[in-house]
Amino acid sequence: MATSRTWIARWPVYRQLTGGDDLGRGAAARSPRTDRLVSRTRTADKVVQSVCPYCAVGCGQLVFVKDGRVTQIEGDPDSPVSRGRLCPKGAASKQLVTSPSRQTQVLYRRPYSAGWERLDLDRAMDMIADRVIETRRATWQEADADGHPLRRTLGIASLGGATLDNEENYLMKKLYTALGAIQIENQARI
Amino acid sequence: MGSNMAENHPVAFQWVVQAKLRGATVIHVDPRFTRTSALARRHVPIRAGSDIVFLGALVNHVLSGEHYFKDYIIPYTNASALVSEDFRDTEDLGGLFSGWDERSGRYDPASWQLTGERDETLQHPRCVLQVLKRHFARYTPDLVEQACGVPRESFAAVADAVTRNSGRDRTTAFVYSVGWTQHTAGVQNIRTAAILQALLGNMGRPGGGIMALRGHASIQGSTDVPTLFDLLPGYLPMPRAGQDDFDAYVSAGQQPAGFWGPFRSYAVSLLRAWFGDAATADNEWCFGYLPRLTGDHGTYQTVGAQIDGACKGYFLVGENPAVGSANAKMQRLGLAHLDWLVVRDLQLIESATFWRDAPEIETGELRTTEIPTEVFFLPAAAHTEKDGTFTNTQRMLQWHHQAVEPPGDARSDLWFYYHLGRRIREKLAGSADPRDRPVLDLAWDYPVEGRLAEPSAEAVLREINGTGPDGRALSSYTELRDDGSTRCGVWIYCGCYAGEVNQTARRKPWREQSWVAPEWGWAWPSNRRILYNRASADPQGRPWSQRKAYVWWDEERGEWTGHDNPDVERTKPPSYRPGRGAAGPAALAGTDAFIMQRDGKAALFVPSGLADGPLPAHYEPNESPFHNELYDQQADPARRRYERRENPYNPPESEVFPYVFTTYRLTEHHTAGGMSRTLPYLAELQPEFFCEVSPELARERGLEHMGWATIVTARTAIEARVMVTERITPLTVAGRTVHQVGLPYHWGSRGITTGDPANDLLAMVLDPNVFIQESKVATCDIRPGRRPRGPALLDLVAAYRRRAGIGQEASTDG
Repeated sequence: MATSRTWIARWPVYRQLTGGDDLGRGAAARSPRTDRLVSRTRTADKVVQSVCPYCAVGCGQLVFVKDGRVTQIEGDPDSPVSRGRLCPKGAASKQLVTSPSRQTQVLYRRPYSAGWERLDLDRAMDMIADRVIETRRATWQEADADGHPLRRTLGIASLGGATLDNEENYLMKKLYTALGAIQIENQARI
Repeated sequence: MGSNMAENHPVAFQWVVQAKLRGATVIHVDPRFTRTSALARRHVPIRAGSDIVFLGALVNHVLSGEHYFKDYIIPYTNASALVSEDFRDTEDLGGLFSGWDERSGRYDPASWQLTGERDETLQHPRCVLQVLKRHFARYTPDLVEQACGVPRESFAAVADAVTRNSGRDRTTAFVYSVGWTQHTAGVQNIRTAAILQALLGNMGRPGGGIMALRGHASIQGSTDVPTLFDLLPGYLPMPRAGQDDFDAYVSAGQQPAGFWGPFRSYAVSLLRAWFGDAATADNEWCFGYLPRLTGDHGTYQTVGAQIDGACKGYFLVGENPAVGSANAKMQRLGLAHLDWLVVRDLQLIESATFWRDAPEIETGELRTTEIPTEVFFLPAAAHTEKDGTFTNTQRMLQWHHQAVEPPGDARSDLWFYYHLGRRIREKLAGSADPRDRPVLDLAWDYPVEGRLAEPSAEAVLREINGTGPDGRALSSYTELRDDGSTRCGVWIYCGCYAGEVNQTARRKPWREQSWVAPEWGWAWPSNRRILYNRASADPQGRPWSQRKAYVWWDEERGEWTGHDNPDVERTKPPSYRPGRGAAGPAALAGTDAFIMQRDGKAALFVPSGLADGPLPAHYEPNESPFHNELYDQQADPARRRYERRENPYNPPESEVFPYVFTTYRLTEHHTAGGMSRTLPYLAELQPEFFCEVSPELARERGLEHMGWATIVTARTAIEARVMVTERITPLTVAGRTVHQVGLPYHWGSRGITTGDPANDLLAMVLDPNVFIQESKVATCDIRPGRRPRGPALLDLVAAYRRRAGIGQEASTDG
């Protein structure tokens, strides 16, 4: 009998009927497993203040990290912009940064090829630098028909920046301009 | 207007709801009934592309009823300035302004100039206020009903609410998003709101203004620190061909009065930041190193150059044009014509894999083994994996700290561009070619940290902020000099690292500071939270009302003070009047609130700088089922069209394409989907591409709720699930019923949820001022069922083109 009473006592409906939790929304619905659970936000090694990467409202985020991995992202209650709230995208951004479909290796597709190949990052950087130098040389415009300086290439273009940091945009514009590449654009035009 | 704030900027919309709870009247003017409409006092359905009619009628209402804020507009706007005798309005010229040159397709603004005289009685027939009155006289409630499909009672209620809530004690704010910008009249839509808000005295004041809600975490930052073809940092223009020397460049950008006066200081400080010690007075600070523009080099121009073979190499950095740009098919064709392509992203987006899975492979227009493009995919670091700042839609920079290391080969874009530049410089070292000097002379010695040799984002931010002669961080752009003693990468950001402290990383909780929250992040310029806030006080420097006090002149202390950093020199008294020979900021009076303007006044009438007229005028969208009710001129004459085989336009008033469609975003997805279609939560919340149609249109075309529809334009046909909903109301325009189709544009062929890209339907046709595409309105046909597969899709579209008479004159090769 003792065993079956224990078994019955584990049954939430029994506890709801016999305990003080008439609506079954408190102690009656708790299990030992529930009691053992601890939120990831409490076991994090560190909490880093961040900003939501989606729209331009700039909601504050708290990034919870354990063992060098992002374990949770929540709204930052201190932010005067968002006061801790996040929209569905912001609230899902842990999936953005920990997505299993994130591509984490360099891929290379040869001209006319039907497939990707692996490429070493260092080698890829070297090849890209060569492409830039070569295309720039081949498409250089020193002056217009009236002799006014142009000092540019229309052979190289770039698109993107609105999802990046200011510091990144700054280096992009600085490098491209020194190279003479002017077709530098981002989502702000779109 | 032009914004679905509750769904696209939901966390910011909490403040609108808070305002509503405190008695504010919220009005939503939008083609669709959305969650924003649901929370508004009133929803006003409007025909997409008719905003200038609606806003122009509000301007007319304010002018004809004398509801304008007279004590505000005389000192703070150019209402009293006289316009040149040579100016002719759209009223006189059938919808064109004077200065139109048919041959070049451009305006000469010579006849739009102000004479320098003023009439503060506002009675002179050539004073701006009177010019405005005549110009907007035909923008009547009747016209709103005819052209926008908005009943007179509805318009009257809005007009009443706006004027009642403006003046000394109250302010009205306008919020817009790309629903206003993505039109051939994008700039003029906002201009019309600017006229209205300036007339009502709602600029530079708390609770007023025109608020742009932007859609990317740092789209404001990438405009300020521009990865844009026509700008250098801080809105300095890129030099144009013919500006051969630095003086020519400076004299084109410098203004005699106001804060564009120190233009030379801003430009010299930038060149010193970029070229370091190589930039000297003797070599004009290396100004000659900068490449020169010769017109439009925007992204839509570039895609044509890619197809034509002139543009050979392309970097895509966190952007997915194969889904996200207008006429996305043309973007994919551009990618397929490149020599090389570098894609940096978190996921394998459509723009990286077009060579194997673009829709054109299925139709046979492209073959993988015939595509020459060499593709490098380099994985990018996420925001949690790097330090740096985003600038939000309120011009506020917020530092985000690195939480973890990026996985595998993933690197920040800071890493990529720093090391790419370093490698190129190493490869070019020793080059005697003068064209390589700019690269070799670049100041490119950023400290690197850690195992990955990550450049210090803080060092870059400090360069953006600028340093003085002593090498210390500057605290304000007013410290910049034109003698080379200061360096500053982005003059408007000067002060973000004041006192050698990263001001953007400040995070004092909102509970512990004032309601303006000046100690959270850092807003440009000089941590000002409301621009032109001098206008929140009257000419004598007193708040317009205690209720709306924001900044004011403290006579006793002899300085400006208040809740925010005053947008005026702190010790410049309201009584200040510039002496003879004063220049720059000192040439503005103590009552000049709009300090970036050379006359210190908000421009109701814009004498120069706009490509399509000094005043807004309603033209029909490039593709419209309607004739222009206002003028003989059907569409904006200066709009930029690309007459190319890949970019055919639906003819105006075409019976073949009788419906209007508009594109938009959903709460649960992000632009071209690269950051949302791969997330299980978001894919589950919005699992499928759909179109919104009214029950009436569904009946007319036999569309079934949850069934399929095919939407067709001259560009292509796509398919979508049908959502029949009363959220889209058929409108009566010019006595006819117009149906509008709503299309979210997030989908492409990859990710957890897939679908056709809505942007494939759009043509490239642009606003002539800023070259943004018209993606908020175009015409289409809609029919039940799925689209044909393979080459049959091309046949369907070709048949439509034939019926619409497209292509016979423009091209014969398909």
